[in-house]
Amino acid sequence: MNAVAAIVGRRPSVIPGFGITLGFALTYLSLIVLIPIAALILRTSSLTWEQFWAIATNERVVAALRVSFGASLIAAIINAFFGLIVAWVLVRYRFPGRRVLDAIVDLPFALPTAVAGIALTAIFAPTGWVGQFLDPLGIKVAYSVTGIVIALTFIGLPFVVRTLQPVIEEIDREVEEAAATLGANRRQAIARVILPTLLPPLLTGFVLALARAIGEYGSVIFIAGNLPYVTEIAPLLIVIRLEEFDYVGASAIASIMLAISFLMFLAINLIQAWARRRFGHV
Amino acid sequence: MSDLAAAVPARMSRQSPTTESRFTRGVLIGVAIFFLGLFLLFPLLVVFVEALRGGIGAYFAALKEPDTVSAIRLTLLVAAIAVPANLLFGLAASWAIAKYEFRGKALLITLIDLPFSVSPVISGLIYVILFGAQGYFGAWLQSYGIQIVFAVPGIVLATIFVTFPFVARELIPLMQEQGTQDEEAAISLGAGGFQTFWRVTLPNVKWGLMYGVLLCNARAMGEFGAVSVVSGHIRGQTNTMPLHIEILYNDYQWAAAFAVASLLALLALVTLIIKTILEWRFGEELASAGRQGDIR
Amino acid sequence: MKKLITGAFLAATLAVSAQAQDTTLLNVSYDPTRELYRAFNAAFVAHWKEKTGKTIAVRQSHGGSGAQARAVIDGLDADVVTLAMQSDVDAIVKNSGKIAADWRQRLPNNSAPYTSTMIFLVRAGNPKGVKDWDDLVKPGIQVITPNPKTSGAARWNYLAAWAYAHQKFGGDEAKTREFVSALYKNVPVLDTAARGSTTTFVQRGIGDVYAAWENEALLALKELGPGKFEIIVPSLSTLAEPTVALVDGNVDKKGTREVAQAYLEFLYSPTGQKLAAKNFYRPYQIQHADPEDAKLFPKLKLITIDDPLFGGWAKAQPHHFGDGGTFDQIYKR
Repeated sequence: MNAVAAIVGRRPSVIPGFGITLGFALTYLSLIVLIPIAALILRTSSLTWEQFWAIATNERVVAALRVSFGASLIAAIINAFFGLIVAWVLVRYRFPGRRVLDAIVDLPFALPTAVAGIALTAIFAPTGWVGQFLDPLGIKVAYSVTGIVIALTFIGLPFVVRTLQPVIEEIDREVEEAAATLGANRRQAIARVILPTLLPPLLTGFVLALARAIGEYGSVIFIAGNLPYVTEIAPLLIVIRLEEFDYVGASAIASIMLAISFLMFLAINLIQAWARRRFGHV
Repeated sequence: MSDLAAAVPARMSRQSPTTESRFTRGVLIGVAIFFLGLFLLFPLLVVFVEALRGGIGAYFAALKEPDTVSAIRLTLLVAAIAVPANLLFGLAASWAIAKYEFRGKALLITLIDLPFSVSPVISGLIYVILFGAQGYFGAWLQSYGIQIVFAVPGIVLATIFVTFPFVARELIPLMQEQGTQDEEAAISLGAGGFQTFWRVTLPNVKWGLMYGVLLCNARAMGEFGAVSVVSGHIRGQTNTMPLHIEILYNDYQWAAAFAVASLLALLALVTLIIKTILEWRFGEELASAGRQGDIR
Repeated sequence: MKKLITGAFLAATLAVSAQAQDTTLLNVSYDPTRELYRAFNAAFVAHWKEKTGKTIAVRQSHGGSGAQARAVIDGLDADVVTLAMQSDVDAIVKNSGKIAADWRQRLPNNSAPYTSTMIFLVRAGNPKGVKDWDDLVKPGIQVITPNPKTSGAARWNYLAAWAYAHQKFGGDEAKTREFVSALYKNVPVLDTAARGSTTTFVQRGIGDVYAAWENEALLALKELGPGKFEIIVPSLSTLAEPTVALVDGNVDKKGTREVAQAYLEFLYSPTGQKLAAKNFYRPYQIQHADPEDAKLFPKLKLITIDDPLFGGWAKAQPHHFGDGGTFDQIYKR
């Protein structure tokens, strides 16, 4: 117990249980998360740099990463835009059904991705609920990048809304009123006072939605069409590599994605640290 | 404060400086309803309509099918192991993080978040690499006849990984905001560590805890990608509900697939309803706990 | 909270008790055999009960043939594998050693109790007038076929198209490639397994022609009504030999060798052969099939994998479907 305390150099406290709780948390974290991920990296490290680079720059891998990133980026932008409106409406306005809408925002957290996948496919396939009207117009949603974007928008939707809501709630009306008394009209108040405050949580929500979307598998494979170079997402390529008995190739792509997601979370932490310094809250 | 906000637009005519015009508000509300309706309510509706397409009799017949029953049972079992495990971890981690200052705390929080951003497929893959027959511990496990991948333990592990952060993430900020005064007071009054936790800390965070457990549970029951990699897809044995949905879907039994999907959708709805009730009834409690940490 | 815990334990005991049964066989199979083995397993369980008085259960796992082989290599406890092609069983032999190398000689007909071939499924009335492989490379026609990297059906398809073009262009390799490449340019959705492609074509209404397993096409006609689709038989196709094998490493560990062996042999019995035909597979001994089932299988020119053009799976697999093989080459834009 003292050993753990000594290693991490904690400040003394009267509350007991530090050693056992931190010890348990670290053990559990190591067993479930760190060791398995280390195994993945170890598997990848059986490659030489040249081999790894060859896999990383393989045309199909690059194409799959591009699809994953491109679609996730578009989905995250859509979510940032509409998420801002949704969060604002839910916090600031009162209208019938508001509470239902507020509750339903969490649906993508709770609804299994496979269910979302088959439901979205049933809607947007050429024979589907909406697809049958779009198809004659030449609009192809399912089995195209558009379909992937829709699935990713669905699963990333709660992130922006849920990071923005508490911040909007905390914006002091007095600040807005002060802006107004100082002669600012509503548009100026929004542009100068409100938006700058909302920028950090918006960015955080955006990156969270992006990170979640890049790794998404279950909902996308039903609606994507899965064509190599066109609608094949990186997680699917990992599965395909596995099915070809290419464990090292699968591990290498997985490591690349892992590094990317780690960088993104680092970005979130930096955004939050910056926001804390600049605005005094997250 | 909210009274004022509601009163302002009514009294002032158009250019209120602290809220938008009636027209803008209408448009924004319309956009929000349209967006949420299209992306969230519509798919949900589709699931239930497709599930009931064959009539209510066919719906229940589909759910009584033995492979479906065993998939439901396995899903319950997996959640029954994964959720308490992550609950225990969440409590321990948030206690250590919130009540003490130590080096590497930020890193620890980042690592706890890591499984959120790991692709579910990778979450499955890592356990195959560790415990598969060709994996690092595969041969050793086999010599003892222990089956992890393509059996229940592998499915449980993958599920724990995917739902790893849910409880901890909910608890850490809550406990941090509450600070350590209450606990310190209890200790100085002679309470033991466990007693303090049980009588002081837990009541303070119980609703946040419920939240985390609910979301963790919903995700544990609904995980597809990670479980798909480690399951082996043995009907009646290692198929969870989401995997069974895929199988039914590929068996030309679309109505049955949507019937099982509707169960999971129902679970999602119940989760959201309980969550809303919690927020609604105990929102003040949660909020006041949060405000203690504020400077205001 | 207490209720939750009791509930959890209850669920756990239930699940455990469900797994404790008498002898259980696990048959790891590929995608379109679901209906065949549902019928066959019931027949075999009855047969075994009658013969030995013992009750057994047979569990099934289905997926893309390559994916299933991978799972067995990674430790999926299969007693028998019934996969789409020899090369997938060979992969298990090579990567895990759980199947004896001479597996093909252990059962009749190279361990293929039933065969099939690749034909075309088109929409009712054949609106695009598809007659042969030539029509699949025409611009503006959409072809559905799964991914040859992961699906057995897709590989047989690919090779059939290859053989056709090879014959058409008198063995000109460059033109053959161009032909196959043009065909894959017409593929809008590349599913990972055959059943996914069937769903895409049949349920989602995508594509003009689906190059499918004969058994899968006949099944789709039966399940979804003959009025909606038609079968077109091309002038040439491949003789697809789905192969079965005992997984020696697993049956010895589990002590199920006797019943697993009997299971595979039962596939060759008159009952097994009849069920294969009933589920639209061409039985090895067609005389055991019901006459009306036998009528469903048209005669066409069939090329085997051992034809000099392909030189067996050991050669064809890496040449066409390995990393950098002909499929990779033509698929690059």
